[in-house]
Amino acid sequence: MSAVAEAGLRERTLERLRAIRPKLVVIADEEGLRPFETDAFIQHRATPMLAVLPESEDQVRAIVKMCRELGVPVVSRGAGTGISGGAIPHPEGVLLVVSKMKRVIAIDALARTAKVEPGVRNLQVSELAAPHGLFYAPDPSSQSICSIGGNVAENAGGVHCLKYGLTTHNILAVRAIDGDGEAIEAGARSLDAAGFDVLALLAGSEGNLGVITQVTAKLVALPERVETVLAAFPSVRDAAAAVGEIIGAGIVPAALEMMDRIVIEACEKFLAMGFPAGAEALLLAEVDGGNEETLAELSAVRSVLERCGATEVRVAANDEERERLWKSRKGAFPALATMLPDYYAMDGTIPRRCLPDVLDRVYALASEYGMVVANVFHAGDGNIHPCIFYDSNKPGELERAEELGGRILEICVEVGGTITGEHGVGIEKLRQMCVQFRPGEIGAFHDVKRAFDPEGILNPGKAVPTLKRCSEWGGTHVRGGKIPRPEIPRF
Amino acid sequence: MADAFIAALCERVKDHAARKAPLRIRGGGTKDFYGAARDGEVLDMSPYAGIVAYEPKELVVTVRAGTRLADLEAELASQRQMLAFEPPRFGDAATIGGTVACAFSGPRRPYAGSARDFVLGTRIVNGKGEDLSFGGRVIKNVAGYDVSRLMAGALGTLGVITEISFKVLPRPAAEATLAFDLDEEDATRQVNVWAGQPLPLSATAWQDGKLRVRLSGAPTAIAAAKAKMGGEEIDAGRYWEDVREHRLAFFAGAPVLWRLSVPQTAPSVKTPNAQLIEWGGGLRWTSGPVDAFELRSSVERVGGHATLFRGADGAAGAFHPLQPAIAKIHRRLKSAFDPAGVLNPGRMYDF
Repeated sequence: MSAVAEAGLRERTLERLRAIRPKLVVIADEEGLRPFETDAFIQHRATPMLAVLPESEDQVRAIVKMCRELGVPVVSRGAGTGISGGAIPHPEGVLLVVSKMKRVIAIDALARTAKVEPGVRNLQVSELAAPHGLFYAPDPSSQSICSIGGNVAENAGGVHCLKYGLTTHNILAVRAIDGDGEAIEAGARSLDAAGFDVLALLAGSEGNLGVITQVTAKLVALPERVETVLAAFPSVRDAAAAVGEIIGAGIVPAALEMMDRIVIEACEKFLAMGFPAGAEALLLAEVDGGNEETLAELSAVRSVLERCGATEVRVAANDEERERLWKSRKGAFPALATMLPDYYAMDGTIPRRCLPDVLDRVYALASEYGMVVANVFHAGDGNIHPCIFYDSNKPGELERAEELGGRILEICVEVGGTITGEHGVGIEKLRQMCVQFRPGEIGAFHDVKRAFDPEGILNPGKAVPTLKRCSEWGGTHVRGGKIPRPEIPRF
Repeated sequence: MADAFIAALCERVKDHAARKAPLRIRGGGTKDFYGAARDGEVLDMSPYAGIVAYEPKELVVTVRAGTRLADLEAELASQRQMLAFEPPRFGDAATIGGTVACAFSGPRRPYAGSARDFVLGTRIVNGKGEDLSFGGRVIKNVAGYDVSRLMAGALGTLGVITEISFKVLPRPAAEATLAFDLDEEDATRQVNVWAGQPLPLSATAWQDGKLRVRLSGAPTAIAAAKAKMGGEEIDAGRYWEDVREHRLAFFAGAPVLWRLSVPQTAPSVKTPNAQLIEWGGGLRWTSGPVDAFELRSSVERVGGHATLFRGADGAAGAFHPLQPAIAKIHRRLKSAFDPAGVLNPGRMYDF
């Protein structure tokens, strides 16, 4: 596109946006656009051509319809807390910010549902449900600021997924505007809906299949009792075995977090937690539910931990102690970040039995790159979050951190896991998508995309790589540097 | 054997696609009654059976589609685990592939999750004869669109399911059933009040003024729940299995059976014949014949949909009509996954 044509398109888009009734906030000046340059994947940024802040589904529909007519990309954004770059603007596109769509339409205590607009904060839903003895289960770590629309788009998880599920398990219905500018209702207030499971596709679609305008979320009973245990182990292998034994004993804990030696050392240094010397892994387990069920599970978990060689087991006696135990998980990173200014959190999932070996390989890679990698895991479900520490002021460090991260994700795929458990692909992991999937599957993803968005105007270039880019990267089906059947034309 | 089966399957689908000759995908044939019956050469998936991998401590099992549900459940039970969506079989020959294709869930569904909720990954052969894998064998996975869960309930119209990975759960240590004398309205309200409390509910069924509630969990938790909820503890015998398998007398007299899926707190839906209500009010069965249009309108008014579960005769579609924008997406998905329209055409809707 020539610069003149581009300027013309911008003016035309602006004019059409300003003509939408009722009027909506349109941001066109550079200074106003700057805060939207990036989401929480701060390594990358782009200024959108224009940004709009609709207040209703009708306005969203008008925006998408108009953009489709003009062939202008639409990137939707909630609170901008995503860490894979899913909401990074398109420089020639409109950024559709849903932060003004924050009405709570209905909380139905008897039906245990919350019908909300996409800009409503995750934690707010639980706060509104609490007086009814209910809560909204998915709890990504950004839950105090992230919003429901983004949670659905990313199929957000959290520390309680093993027991309570991901976002896809905790929503009943979603309204969205598809790429044709038509309103669709996926799912239903009933426990299933007629036809294909369109709701499953929208959950985790990263803004590619529709702009989410309303979510009906499921609420579940607040537990009557919560018990938290922290155990120290002399090796990652012992801790991983204990996780297997807990689950083998028929217990599905609400949370089961593991931390490695680097995290433990940081805890000791900055938080003086007083762990036994030689602890190589910590296991933080939480069980919840009815009073009796929780007590039964606590005693079972405790005996498994002791039997599996824990050198110390601490049970929180009250909420204050619980918070202190959780500090070993939540406080370690801010502590580590005081030594090294930046960190890059990875998000793979692996079969848990592979954990000790994967960890050994991660350490080997970290020393090869001369970087510090600290590891926390949602151990119950095998979701690992290696955190690579780097200093963005040192030239080339970010790129090296990203390269190291990419190699860690490739290990996850190699052992039968996945490149992303809950953070999404965005722009961050496009390249690894070509490692995880073959051309046939990538092609099917594009088919799904076209079914919702034939013109490809919704968040183009995110979540799913083009086959052409996979081919250029040499990602798909390239093993050991050799392309199988080189005589076949590559896509 | 496995690779050869898949390779032959791909070739066969390609051949049928080239000839535009329909295939009727079949496992044990126990669900032939479901959906619109159509012609097509039978594609028998029952030989493709067996557990590919089972890691009890990871709560993950991967299984071939032709595996009998009974065999899979027996293997899981040997490790004190289960498919928590408690699928019905409707016959000994039922396969896991057919179960997922129909997305059938049983009594535990409202309290544990549905068939699709427990699907972690599927391997399929699409209508172009391509062998594709989506999702995976891990519990948390958001790479790519969730095509694996899309297969649950698509009745094979988007792909032949060949392998499925599930999240499995531990079996509860104990179970008990309580009975209450309540009318429909009070029973529906009461089960929803309980569902909002941390009680170990695992199934409900109301029929003819009698509400039965199943509790599952630690014996101490069940004892405490009984004390809180009251009612009369009964020996349920095979009651819950009979509900699941439609073996109660209620179903015997219902050659034409409607399945009404409604919000759990939906008001009573008037039907000429009596109803059996499961899923905390969310699943209501009734026998026909009824005016399909009228029934579907009244179910739609309360936010649900109605399926002609048994006895579809072609006059009324088996499945509830779709909203036009959603129907458009269905047609596009179908034409992308099965461009020649050879996989179970017409079984679900008019494609």
